[in-house]
Amino acid sequence: MAEDYSFDEAIEGLKKLLSENGAFEAVAAAKIKQLTADLEVASAKEVKPVERIKSGFAHFKTEKYEKNPDLFEELGKGQSPKFMVFACSDSRVCPSHILDFQPGEAFMVRNIASMVPPYDKTKYSGTGAAIEYAVLHLKVENILVIGHSCCGGIKGLMSIPDDGTTHSDFIEDWVKICATARSKVKAECGDLELTEQCSKCEKEAVNVSLGNLLTYPFVKEAVLNRTLTVKGGYYNFLNATFDVWCLDHGISPPLSV
Amino acid sequence: MSNYLNNEATASTEIPRNENEVENANQTGLEKPAFDPIKRIEKGFQFFKINEFNKYPDYYRQLAEKQEPKFLMFACSDSRVSPTNILNLRPGEAFMNRNIANLVPAFNKLRYSDIGAIIEYAILALKVEVIVVIGHSRCGGIQRLLSLPDKKTSYDFIDDWVSVAKPAKEKVISKHPHASGEELQTLVEKESVMNSLVNLLSYPYVRTGLADKKLKLIGGYYDFVCGKFEILAVDSDIKPTIDI
Repeated sequence: MAEDYSFDEAIEGLKKLLSENGAFEAVAAAKIKQLTADLEVASAKEVKPVERIKSGFAHFKTEKYEKNPDLFEELGKGQSPKFMVFACSDSRVCPSHILDFQPGEAFMVRNIASMVPPYDKTKYSGTGAAIEYAVLHLKVENILVIGHSCCGGIKGLMSIPDDGTTHSDFIEDWVKICATARSKVKAECGDLELTEQCSKCEKEAVNVSLGNLLTYPFVKEAVLNRTLTVKGGYYNFLNATFDVWCLDHGISPPLSV
Repeated sequence: MSNYLNNEATASTEIPRNENEVENANQTGLEKPAFDPIKRIEKGFQFFKINEFNKYPDYYRQLAEKQEPKFLMFACSDSRVSPTNILNLRPGEAFMNRNIANLVPAFNKLRYSDIGAIIEYAILALKVEVIVVIGHSRCGGIQRLLSLPDKKTSYDFIDDWVSVAKPAKEKVISKHPHASGEELQTLVEKESVMNSLVNLLSYPYVRTGLADKKLKLIGGYYDFVCGKFEILAVDSDIKPTIDI
């Protein structure tokens, strides 16, 4: 198993070189000393990912896994989460943090700007598979789509030039899923600053996603049967607020006219 | 700030959540209290706000200005395997994708723009240093892959999506022709992680990052039956599966 020891090994090697070669010219010795010092500074800042992963897991194991043996034994047999949650891939908005979801509570999809694309077997099979599995197999009771403040994906959407030219391989094509949110905001709030337009688009994009959820027949059926609710959420980390709202969708009983 | 990232910093000072909250959420007994999703969301956010956000204002103020995660993580959508929980991550540490069976398909602008966008943004905009793909035990997606072809049931999306891991299934079956049941599933869950790491190499930004030594790839496996986390591969262990 490979370990991350690039810096330490290099530093050791250089030190050894210096100590074994007393006859090194002064210039060479000074250079080696400088290199060693630079490496030591860099090493202190270096992310040691394998160690981070191991220590993180050790903490989880002692503080959660071993303290809740009954729970984890049940979870080992199967999951029955009440929620399916769509949240942005942004490192600051994980629902396990902001809504304190514990193991077993929420089936999760994380993608750029927490977008739900419309039903499309060719273009969006990943999203379709997750929704299909959650609704038909896990029978989740709630789908929650969470947008958030300062979303890079939404900013990217709002920054696409009006002629539609794109520069990225994937990003702009992906965020265009919520192009109607952008159009709405530009039409209604075109006079506002870009940051304010982005804030409005962040919320509007959630509504577009909620609408797109209904293009999946299994979602629509479950909503009509009242076995599933569809909700939107917005996490604002500038003022520490969380808003949640519901998508109302039903068919009223027919009236005889 | 570095103290806050220290795992031990919050363990003893946490205001305890309702001890029964987690149990209630997973209860399947006869006298299960009615579940109110709005109340659950409200309680969860308040817990976060009191125990995290309000306790570390400087940290969250800095984070609000920008994120600089060192990690991009791929994990399964499974409710039991959130890396935030199992690796005790702090907000700001990891940019994340969650999908069925933690798959990374190869570069494909038409079919997999969601995955491509995440990788493109993580590397080019955020300049993450490490990509981690985390597989796990008893994965429903891999289980479904192993049951294919299925003449009785068909899905609109699931079978097509999990087929991203088909090379892993085929490799395992050819190397372990007598494996079956849970043993076979575990082998495929792990091989699928390796397959995803190889697929990462099909993205030019990943190749450039590796060549410039600015990027590291790690494969991991979380076994929640035994309570173990295994590092499967780091960087140079990853070789394409093609046998010539």
